[in-house]
Amino acid sequence: MTAIDLGIPGLTGVPTTDEKQTARDYKSDQEVRWCPGCGDYIVLNAVQSFLPSLGLKRENIVFVSGIGCSSRFPYYMNTYGMHSIHGRAPAIATGLAVARPDLSVWVVTGDGDALSIGGNHLIHTLRRNVNLKILLFNNRIYGLTKGQYSPTSEEGKVTKSTPLGSLDHPFNPVSLALGAEASFVGRALDSDKAGLTSVLRQAAEHRGSALVEIYQNCPIFNDGAFDVLKDPDEAQRRIINVVDGEPIRFGREGEYCVIREGFGLAVAKSADVDASDVVIHDASDLNLSFALSRLSTQDLTHTVTGVFRRADRPTYDDSARAQVNEAKTSKAADLSKLLHGKDTWTVVG
Amino acid sequence: MSTETRKLDRVVIRFAGDSGDGMQLTGDRFTSEAAAFGNDLATQPNFPAEIRAPQGTLPGVSSFQLHFADYDILTPGDRPDVLVAMNPAALKANVVDLPDGGILIVNTDEFTKRNLTKVGYDSNPLEDESLEKFQVHKVAMATLTIGALEETGLGKKDAERAKNMFALGLLSWMYHRPTEGTERFLREKFAKKPDIAEANVLAFRAGWNYGETTEAFAVTYEVAPAKLNVGTYRQITGNTATAYGIVAAAQRSKLPVVLGTYPITPASDILHELSKHKNFDITTVQAEDEIAGIGIALGASYGGALGVTSTSGPGIALKSETIGLAVMTELPLLVIDVQRGGPSTGLPTKTEQADLLQAMFGRNGESPVPIVAPQSPSDCFDAVVDAVRIALTYRTPVLFLSDGAVANGSEPWLIPDVDTLPDLSVEFATDPETFQPYSRDPETLARPWAVPGTPGLQHRIGGLEKQDVTGNISYDPENHDRMVRLRQAKIDGIEVPDVEVDDPSGEAKVLVVGWGSSYGPIGAAARRVRKLGLPVAHAHLRHLNPFPKNLGEVLKSYEKVIVPEMNLGQLALLLRAKYLVDAVSYTKVQGLPFKAEELQNVLADVIKGVSA
Repeated sequence: MTAIDLGIPGLTGVPTTDEKQTARDYKSDQEVRWCPGCGDYIVLNAVQSFLPSLGLKRENIVFVSGIGCSSRFPYYMNTYGMHSIHGRAPAIATGLAVARPDLSVWVVTGDGDALSIGGNHLIHTLRRNVNLKILLFNNRIYGLTKGQYSPTSEEGKVTKSTPLGSLDHPFNPVSLALGAEASFVGRALDSDKAGLTSVLRQAAEHRGSALVEIYQNCPIFNDGAFDVLKDPDEAQRRIINVVDGEPIRFGREGEYCVIREGFGLAVAKSADVDASDVVIHDASDLNLSFALSRLSTQDLTHTVTGVFRRADRPTYDDSARAQVNEAKTSKAADLSKLLHGKDTWTVVG
Repeated sequence: MSTETRKLDRVVIRFAGDSGDGMQLTGDRFTSEAAAFGNDLATQPNFPAEIRAPQGTLPGVSSFQLHFADYDILTPGDRPDVLVAMNPAALKANVVDLPDGGILIVNTDEFTKRNLTKVGYDSNPLEDESLEKFQVHKVAMATLTIGALEETGLGKKDAERAKNMFALGLLSWMYHRPTEGTERFLREKFAKKPDIAEANVLAFRAGWNYGETTEAFAVTYEVAPAKLNVGTYRQITGNTATAYGIVAAAQRSKLPVVLGTYPITPASDILHELSKHKNFDITTVQAEDEIAGIGIALGASYGGALGVTSTSGPGIALKSETIGLAVMTELPLLVIDVQRGGPSTGLPTKTEQADLLQAMFGRNGESPVPIVAPQSPSDCFDAVVDAVRIALTYRTPVLFLSDGAVANGSEPWLIPDVDTLPDLSVEFATDPETFQPYSRDPETLARPWAVPGTPGLQHRIGGLEKQDVTGNISYDPENHDRMVRLRQAKIDGIEVPDVEVDDPSGEAKVLVVGWGSSYGPIGAAARRVRKLGLPVAHAHLRHLNPFPKNLGEVLKSYEKVIVPEMNLGQLALLLRAKYLVDAVSYTKVQGLPFKAEELQNVLADVIKGVSA
């Protein structure tokens, strides 16, 4: 396995190829079976279109998923893949990443899979900073089980299991990930292929756990959940796309901005504030990233997209391998010596 | 008065004290001395689940029993010949096991009114007649230890803590044990605290000298070295042997090991041990929970490593779904269950064999999994190597059913020549022309192990039903029926050695069948009844799924089959169902191994019943 170091930390050790690849190369021979109009198609298409640009050997890419509509994803990718069990994909992918530094490992999960049944694995994977890219398809509903509320559904949601409205307070997945001190957290909309691709690329290049929340429409059980973000007029008032190192302004003409307020951030009209008060995004600043995540409200009055946080810290799998390699270098693997230990006695005939 | 020396063929000693008294360490050291001397031995630690139960109370009693002999023994002994009781609670909890005439050595310093009341003694048993039937030695161990350490400048409290070494020194003198090993051990253990090391050595010598000089003990005892098979031995616990077996399997398969696990009593020592041996290409991951532990192991196996997870019964319950995924994806995986008392949290530090049916059936759907059970601490090594052989050859999760008695017990181990260990090397699939994810080896029915990174073999696996050969998702009724039967046939066809029957006279009409850690007590009981002139055959199962091919024939060749188990008859249920044999169950679930004497009586009754 001759890995060419492209200087992309997230992909160090993964072999590359000079062969020209296209999106078609990443399509498997399996018929895609999501419902017509499902946002998953757009995400699949974006991923298949973007992967060729990484120039990796396809056999060194693995998609691991849990259970749910989005978790069918690996079947449609002409890479290695495992469609595992509900909520456990981050754990399985962790084992794979620890064992194999030459793989680019992706986890595909949904709001139920990652945040409900698999919530524990998600936060622990993020805190350990395993070199995995986690795509969290958030449609705010349980689709595969036909329409119960999910841990990201808005309070009071009327569903099959909550005819009088749900009582649960929802998770903000970005806040949750940042609370676990994830080293990379981004958010994108399924309908925004350019924005999604940009976040996916940065996630791929990042060494460590990358959580990408993707707002994804379920046309059957929660249709239109993100429509306000897709209407051009509404979107320009609501979507706050952040770029590292740049002042945070949004709106058609940049007429809105983000300023500091108390311990957090607030949205203001650019005209009302001094230009120097506009917050400059710093993706290495955990507190700022967290404050940004709090600007996103459940009713989508504002939604921050882009990369909230990107910070360098040692990854679990690299460190685990370093310990093993150090042990191998400093101590011979002498099985007989190990079995004998310190205290033996010999019986002679 | 000169001290008389008597020769004995075997002795059972039990050290009992408060869980803070260091009884496990004391027992462990005496064990090492016995091992160094060349005795055969077997040990049984017994300690509370609480790290420090309230001091001086019955729940806080910790004990360590050691059986050593000049011949090959099979169990840690039913009852102690010698009981060392460090406080009233230890006396009360253990004296019931001491036979009449037994030796009782008591630390008198702890027999205060307050401590006596704490455990419900109305009067001091050292002063009334209640201990008359024993040979009682009253020794003020704490006072003597503090006295011996006076010049070290150590505080009274620290000095008093070394009283367990005083007890060890006294017992070492009584049984003519070598002492160099213990002194060396103490200096190494407390290398960073030389004053504590010296204090312990001094206390140890003070105990020895107390025996030598006080004339309180008229008799000392000698137990000659055992005539064991030729070779080099060491002492080993079951958990250590399990860990070493995994290291050996890694070496012989040339695969890296990834252990994904979550701490749980009594399995944690496997994690502790393996984490020390990263130089053998072993990665240990302490996961966030049991489910993640096995998920990590399975992910590593998918990547071409030997995935291992270790736990106890409650952990198996949590891992069941992932074991099912491993069954469906047909990947190698070693799942270690060090059984403890159940259900639920049960008796975490006590032993039981009640996870057999959980191992066998505890998953949704038809989900067959091979089961391997070690019969003694040292047998864990060979048994786990065999479990890995099955996992790698047949591409399947394998359940390794150890238990608390085997895991924490210890015995001498004839160290194997590593070159004689089986070759476990594997072949990964590489040929894109012929590759089908669910094609099968005609002999083993194993599917190819095609690891990510192999050019041209990109494919997808998962928990959904697979189409035969292609591995694509399939909801076809015929295909599901075929796949369920194929997965079962693969496990049923696993090659396991025939079960051997121990029937020295060849005249037995009664067969006793056991599995796992009951090997020792059943074997010892069988020896005893044979000495009484009652023939009995003993078959012990290492392979619980599939059973050895000759088992049906074996069962049918005896008039009566009796199955002792530390559960309510789980193996008996399987034997009756599979072989239509009228197996009789003898069961006990007290969290402790069977006693040889008890099984001797049970077997004798059955044999007499058959003969009559």
